Order: sequence, then structure tokens, then C-alpha cells
Amino acid sequence: MIEQTVMRALDFTLYYGDFKALNSINMEIPMNSITAIIGPSGCGKSSLIRSFNRMNDLIANMRTEGRILVDDEDIYSQDVVQLRRKVGMVFQRPNPFPKSIFDNVAYGPRIHGVRDRSRLAAIVEGSIRDAALWEEVRDDLDKSALSLSGGQQQRLCIARALAVEPEVILMDEPASALDPVATLKIEELMGKLKRKYTIVVVTHNMQQAARVSDYTAFMLTDPERSGNLIEFGRTSDIFTKPLDKRTEDYISGRFG
Amino acid sequence: MILRKIKQRLAFSTMWIACGMTVAILLVVIGYVIVKGFALINLDFFFTSPRGGLSGEGGISSTIIATVYLVITTLVFATPLGVGAGIFLVEYADNIRSRFAKKLVALARFGVETLAGVPSIIFGLFGYALFVSALHFGFSILSAALAGTCLVIPVIIRTTEEALKAVPDSYREASLAMGANKWETIWKVVLPSAIRGISTGIVLSAGRVVSETAIFYVTLGGSYRTPTSLMSSGRTMALHVYYLAMETRAFDKALATAAVLVVLIVVLNLIINSVSRWLST
Repeated sequence: MIEQTVMRALDFTLYYGDFKALNSINMEIPMNSITAIIGPSGCGKSSLIRSFNRMNDLIANMRTEGRILVDDEDIYSQDVVQLRRKVGMVFQRPNPFPKSIFDNVAYGPRIHGVRDRSRLAAIVEGSIRDAALWEEVRDDLDKSALSLSGGQQQRLCIARALAVEPEVILMDEPASALDPVATLKIEELMGKLKRKYTIVVVTHNMQQAARVSDYTAFMLTDPERSGNLIEFGRTSDIFTKPLDKRTEDYISGRFG
Repeated sequence: MILRKIKQRLAFSTMWIACGMTVAILLVVIGYVIVKGFALINLDFFFTSPRGGLSGEGGISSTIIATVYLVITTLVFATPLGVGAGIFLVEYADNIRSRFAKKLVALARFGVETLAGVPSIIFGLFGYALFVSALHFGFSILSAALAGTCLVIPVIIRTTEEALKAVPDSYREASLAMGANKWETIWKVVLPSAIRGISTGIVLSAGRVVSETAIFYVTLGGSYRTPTSLMSSGRTMALHVYYLAMETRAFDKALATAAVLVVLIVVLNLIINSVSRWLST
């Protein structure tokens, strides 16, 4: 079976000033699946995931070569607002705004022009339900988001990302600041979300990649400290019969 | 071992003494003014105008009105300018590519630093030359408010800068990642989070306008009549204290006015503190 591809990197190279952070990355992100990007610290996995929604644009002296396509369209030939609407992001540390739970989730829809109160309420409820948080906060929507626990805050951030109906959700180590129970909840949630969305997750936790993802990309730095994609394939293949010796060394815990 | 303990003791006691002295000085000054001043204060004092002349008779009603008028007018000018400049310096200035514009920004930063240390009478002379004389605004609330704006803008810019820098970048990232543009991010996320710090700067500025004398001596004139328009001359409470103390025999009235001034500043601080707390929740 051939899956549809949502995002595609073609010889994508990223520079921060003179430093080449990513070296000619080629990969395809299949639709309605979870793709994990793993690798040791500093291998460029965060740089790569932040390229997909152009968050690296914020860094001065950044430039790129090659292309990244989302829905067959170059990310640099489309409006960044539209791109980020299609490709949402959840960050490593939960970062809800210091506003109410409702206003956090309603932030995106409001920005994109939804004014109608009942429609906003419906979007907020739907998104919080999809993020498996509704039962815990249904009576407290007016409370400050900062009063929630870390795990709840992260699920709220996921709900906030869902509220603009993205196609892809990028998650940059979404559970690394959370305790094991909260981590498990996020992982379960990811499994549910992939029915509607495509998820790309950066993690340095190999067990997590093995548990939740369908595809795995393994990255490593070359002698110039640039990030390279070493191997990409089905998670079951990468973890049982990796083609590259370096992948095998990494997943068997010989380094990293 | 014992020597280290002694050093520690010594350091702590020095700090305690410094702290105690500060509080003591504050209490003595405020206490003196309030005790001496309140003896003369009654309702009439608030509701009658000064009568002028050497005797210093009359109350302070017109000076209260002039003070409030001047504070509001100054803040109306200074707040948008100062907050806007602060936002520009923190959120936009670093992304500028052109060399020339970068030089300008560096110059602006240097200017803000320097202006903050300029004595208020310098702004007064400048205000006199430009607003009172050259632009023919005369001694008026308008001239004084414009000069006052020059005086307090550095304060507002710097507190705005500090407040914006204290907003975590993760808020900005989260907003941008939702597809918000830079201005939406600033307006809806960054500014609401920074509102407490910014209003602190505004309170400080209001306090500065209430307490300065020299700058308004040469821009506001000194008329003890109640100001009726932006073009009216007037006399703030601080100026009135100065006039009473230096040009009349009513030193006790100066103390009474000073007592009201002190209470006003305390109340001002309390009000805006609670407003900013209310805004930030």
C-alpha cells in the first residue's frame, strides 16, 4: 500500500550564518501517521522540525537551500500565516498563555477571524475533547491556564494547536518536561490524533519512538557537526533490522 | 571557622542597619510633614483657592485641579510615545537589516539612557524656548505637559523595555506558531503579559509630574487661578509648596500642602497597582 505524502523535504539544507545545521535532508512524511525523529543531542532534529513550519525564520542569518513541500507546495512560496495554520506546533515546555483556558484555545480561531460566540464555544469544546482534557476542565474554562498541572498544560497546548484545524502537528519533545504518567497520556493521545492528523514528533527517548511512531527517522551529525538523515523507514524495521550500522549502534544504546 | 561566622554576622548586621536607617529617614520625613501639615488641614483648605499675596491665605483647590490636569495631559502625550518606542526597541529593532537604521537605533538607545539622567530644569529651559516662546503656547498646561512629556518619556521607555523583556519568548513562539503575525502576537499576548510592568512606568511618570517643580516653574507659569483650558497657566501643588515657602509668610500652609501631596502620591501608587493587578488576571 502506498500512503499519501503530506510533507516532503528535497535536498533541504539549513545554515545559521556560516554553520551548516542540516545537510541535504530528503524525507517524506506519510499522511495520518506518526513520524518520530530520533538522534543524539545536537544532531539537528529540532532544527529540522522547526523548518517545517518556518519557525527558524525568527533566527537572524538563517538561510536555506533545497525545498520543503507541504501539500506539494513550497513552504517559502506560500504565506507563512497559511503555512502555520496547516502545520501546527507543540513545544517542549508547556507554554500556555497567561489567559483563561477558554481564551487559550480560542486564540487561534479568533486570530483567523472567528467572531461568533457559539461557534467559538463549539470549536473550543471540540478541541479540548480531542486533546483528552475536557473531563478535567469542563467546569473551569474561565480559570487561568497556568493553574493546570504540567501534563494538563501540555494537553491544553495540543488543544490550542488543534483549534485551527491543522493538517500536520509538529511536536518538539512534547513529553520531555513531564512525569511518566503525564507522558503516557500524551502518547495515548498521539495514537488517537493520528486518525485525523499527521504527526511529526522529535524525541530523544527511543522507547517513546518505538511505542508511538509508525515511521522513524534517525539523524546524526557528520564530522562538520551538520545534521544528516542516516536512515528513514517503518519504525518496526528501524528498530528490528536497521540497514545502517550507525542506526543499529544508536538504538542498541551503544552511544548517544 | 569562627572568623567566617563573624564575617557573616557583620555583613548581615550592616545590611540590617542600612535597611533600618532607610526606613527611619523615610518615616521621619513623612511623619514630620504629615504631623505638622495636618494640623492646618480642614475641608475649607481643599475647597478654596489660594488668595495670593504675601500672607499665603486661602486653600489649595485650584492647585489640585492644575496638578490633575497636568498629570493627565502629560500622560496622554507620553504614554503612547514611550510605550510605542519601548515596543519598537524590544520587538522590532533587532530585526532591522539596514546599517543606517541600526545606527539610528543605537543612537536612540543612547539617547534614552542619557535623557533619563538630565536634570529637569534643562527640559524646562528647552520647553520654555520651544513651547512657551517659539510656538507661542505661553505659560500653559499645554507647554508644561509637552515639557513634562520630554521628562518622563525615558522612564516609560525603559520600564516598557524591561517589562517586555520579562515576557518569556515561549509565549511569542506559541503565538507565531498558531499563524498569528508579529503585531497580533504583540497586541494580544506580549502586551497583556507586560501590562503590570508598563503601568509601573506610568505611575512613576505620574509621580514625577506631581513632584517636579523647576521644569513647571518655567513652562506652567504660576497663576493660582483654576486652569480652564489647555492654554491656561496654572500652579501644581508642588509649585504651590515652593511659592508658599519662598514668597509668603505661610510656611505652615506649605507643610499642609506638602502633606496632601504625600498622601496623593501614596494613593496614586495604590490605585494604579490595583488596576494593573486587575488587568493582569
